[in-house]
Amino acid sequence: MTCTEFLAQLDDLLDEAVTAEMRADLKEHLRGCEHCEVTLSTTRKTIEIYRSHEIYDLPTDLRERLHAAIMARCKKGC
Amino acid sequence: MATIQPIAGENEQHPDVALVERVRGGDVSAYDTLVRKYDRQIFRIAQHITQNREDAEDVMQDAFLKAYEKLDQFQGNSKFYTWLVRIAVNESLMRLRKRRTGRMVSIDEDVETEEGSVPRDLADWAPDPEQNYTQAELAEILRKTIQGLPQGFRVVFVLRDVEGLSTEETAETLGLSVPAVKSRLLRARLQLRERLTRYFRNRKSPQEVGVEK
Repeated sequence: MTCTEFLAQLDDLLDEAVTAEMRADLKEHLRGCEHCEVTLSTTRKTIEIYRSHEIYDLPTDLRERLHAAIMARCKKGC
Repeated sequence: MATIQPIAGENEQHPDVALVERVRGGDVSAYDTLVRKYDRQIFRIAQHITQNREDAEDVMQDAFLKAYEKLDQFQGNSKFYTWLVRIAVNESLMRLRKRRTGRMVSIDEDVETEEGSVPRDLADWAPDPEQNYTQAELAEILRKTIQGLPQGFRVVFVLRDVEGLSTEETAETLGLSVPAVKSRLLRARLQLRERLTRYFRNRKSPQEVGVEK
C-alpha cells in the first residue's frame, strides 16, 4: 500500500468505517510508515480537540435574551 | 398472559417527534423545550458560517422562528435537528449575501484549492499540545485556524465532526452528494491538522537539541 492509498482510506479509518481486511492492510502500512502514523494520530487529535473545546460560547444572558425574543414571537404566532 | 413486546429500535420514536406533535397541537411550551435543546448548536453553526456574532444572533432567532412557521412542512422522515440545521445554514448564507452585497455566496465557495490534499508538514505533535496554552489562547488558536478554511470545507467539518451529523445527513443538509461531502471532509481535516501543527508541534527541549555553537 502506498501513502496515497493510505490517505484515501484515512477518513474511513478515523470514522471506523473500514472492513477488517482493509484495517489489517492499513495497520500493516502504518508499521513501516512514520509519516502516515503521524498524519493519522494528529488528524485524530485535530477532530478531538475541535469536538471538546467550545470556541463559540453562547453566554447565559445572551441565550436568555434570544430565547425570550423567539418565544415572544412564537406566542404571537410569529 | 404475556404481552408481545415491540421490537426495540424498529418503531422507536425520536423524542423530538413527540415535541413537534405537541407544538402542532398548539402547545407552545413544547417549542420552548426544542429551542433550549438546540440553541447552542444553531448559534455555533451560524457563527462558524457567518463569522460574525451579531449575524449569528440574528440567524439563531430567524432559524427558530422560520422552523416554527414551517413546522407543518416538517415531514418527519429526517430528524427535526437535521431539518433545523438546514434552515440555519440557509439563513446564515443569506446573511452573508446581505453583507457582501451583490456577491453570490454558496457553500461551494473556494473549494477549488489543492491545499491540504497531501500532508506537507509531518512534524509530530507534543503529547498533550493543548496544555501549553490557556483556555483563552487555545480557543483563539482554534477559531483562527478554522476561520482560515474555505467556506465549503469549514461547513462540512463543523456539521460532520463538531456537531456530529452523519455523512448522509451532512450531504442532505447542504444539498451535496455523499462523495462530495467525503472529499471535503478529508481535505478539511488535513488542512486543519496542517495549520494546527504550527502551534502543537513537538518542540524538543534545548538539552535534547544541543546548544548551537
